[in-house]
Amino acid sequence: MNFVWKRLLATLPSLAGVVVLTFLLSHALPGDPAAYFAGPAADANSIAEIREKLGLDRPLVEQFFYYVADLLRGNLGKSLTTGQPVLTDLVDRLPASLELSAYALVFAIGCAIPMGVLAAIRLDRPADHACRVIVTVCAAFPTFFIGLLLVYVFYFLLGWAPEPLGRLNEILYTAPPRVTGAYTIDALIAGDGEVFRAALAQLVLPAISLGLFALAPLARITRAAMLESLSSDFVRTAHASGLPTSKVLFTYAFRNSLLPISSVLGMVFSFLLGSNVLIEQVFGWQGVGAYAVSAVLASDYAAVQGFVLMMALLYILLNLLVDVLATLIDPRVRFEG
Amino acid sequence: MTFANLTRNAGHAFGENPLTLVAVGILLLLLTCALLGPSLAPYDPLMTDATAKLVPPSMAHPFGTDALGRDILSRVIVATRLDLGMAFSAVILSFVVGLALGSAAGYLGGWTDRIVGRLMDTIMAFPLFVLAMGIVAALGNNVANIIIATMIINLPFYCRFARAEVNMRRDLGYAEAARMGGNRTLTVLAVHIIPNILPPMMVQASLNMGWAILNAAGLSFIGLGVRPPTPEWGIMVSEGASFIVSGEWWAFVFPGAALVLAVFCFNLLGDGLRDLLDPRKRV
Repeated sequence: MNFVWKRLLATLPSLAGVVVLTFLLSHALPGDPAAYFAGPAADANSIAEIREKLGLDRPLVEQFFYYVADLLRGNLGKSLTTGQPVLTDLVDRLPASLELSAYALVFAIGCAIPMGVLAAIRLDRPADHACRVIVTVCAAFPTFFIGLLLVYVFYFLLGWAPEPLGRLNEILYTAPPRVTGAYTIDALIAGDGEVFRAALAQLVLPAISLGLFALAPLARITRAAMLESLSSDFVRTAHASGLPTSKVLFTYAFRNSLLPISSVLGMVFSFLLGSNVLIEQVFGWQGVGAYAVSAVLASDYAAVQGFVLMMALLYILLNLLVDVLATLIDPRVRFEG
Repeated sequence: MTFANLTRNAGHAFGENPLTLVAVGILLLLLTCALLGPSLAPYDPLMTDATAKLVPPSMAHPFGTDALGRDILSRVIVATRLDLGMAFSAVILSFVVGLALGSAAGYLGGWTDRIVGRLMDTIMAFPLFVLAMGIVAALGNNVANIIIATMIINLPFYCRFARAEVNMRRDLGYAEAARMGGNRTLTVLAVHIIPNILPPMMVQASLNMGWAILNAAGLSFIGLGVRPPTPEWGIMVSEGASFIVSGEWWAFVFPGAALVLAVFCFNLLGDGLRDLLDPRKRV
């Protein structure tokens, strides 16, 4: 428990850094928000007026305190494009993005770990080479391109996948009553099997495209970690003591590989949260990423900053979670660092 | 490492991994396109032709034409300079800035180290692509800012690497001797320490190049930076994407394939270079 508190404390500087950097991005850089808010017809006077109203004429430090006070009250400003508070917009759309990322992560882990383990056991044999080829290819494909290729093959050519237009075909199905905001979970809660299947069908292609890119680092580290623990003394001893191979592999070698695997999860989350934006764009997914893209294109500052801040907080939280899980996997972590 | 050593390693690395040779081949092709682009392209990449919209690949148009009747092959070739240029400038910038910041932090220690370290931690606290989007949104939507954003998100990797390597060497005998000899701090760093960490930094840079290409293309895919009608791979893929549902695949496949080829090439080169300089690190 002590460790968890220490780790929580250690996230404070990151949090502070994130808040300062997002503040700087929105305030101290070129591009005059006052002129933007005033509109193209404004003259110097009305721009100055708006600057005063927004507090942009005050010293930067003072503005920063107002910014932090607003953040603490959950006030991220108002989106120019939707007219809603940014926080409401983001909370509305976040479950869609999280649902997509979660399925992608499950897919990536589900493929990468068996692949990496297999490659390590069959070192320098066909399985290992196949794994290396898959990893190299996956790492070279931009997520958005994989997404489009999958749409072309599975929607246009084969007709297996539903039309890539959002989370649910709104003409055939109605969205389940909102509980968590994730359609597949909400459909299960509502006991609606048909909507569940429909929502899942929409998820398959985006989740796979997103997961494929995360697969490469995971498979690579799994293979390396397995190789390392397989060549260790305790595995040799376990073999020599006549333990069954499966027990040696999973209880001894694999459990010890979990720690390095969990250490690349941070990078994988960074990929997933970033590439989410691209995949949402490809599949017309109504998540925070698509929202942020339209906000960027419309110079909707408040919405973009809100999105960047929320993603950073989410990312810090996920990393925290991984670190706490790592102590459960391997108590040694608690005594180091 | 002596020259003879290097050539022996090169022979070994190529022999062991013939893919590196393939990568060198692709690199030559890409560089040719980047340097000679406009004179290689069979058509003007901006020339529209209302009579030849979305023509499938044929002898006249090997990659087909897009929705405005522009020749896709020409556009893919001409785009090489911009795509590689953006990624290359970003990598060079993060290399130089990261090396400077990292060496200062590693050599001077103390507050310099703490401030630089905190700065890099802050950058790494963001999902990197998201941060890049935020930077472009704040600085303004143009190509220069795409390069700056890609530079910033790559900075921590170079900076941390340089910091660790410099920190490890600052108290070694030869650095000590250089200091005793009356050299200024900057001379010790620039003449005695940094040349020793350049080779592993170069490996980082070439492994990083593919990732930089992906980032820059991703940003232009969502409509940032490059404006149409400028030929650029990411934006071409996004323009072609609307025609997938009606089956016109060539409009997005060829620019996308060019992107894959470039990333693939630099990833392989990075691996090859690593084997060449440090055969022990091969995984």
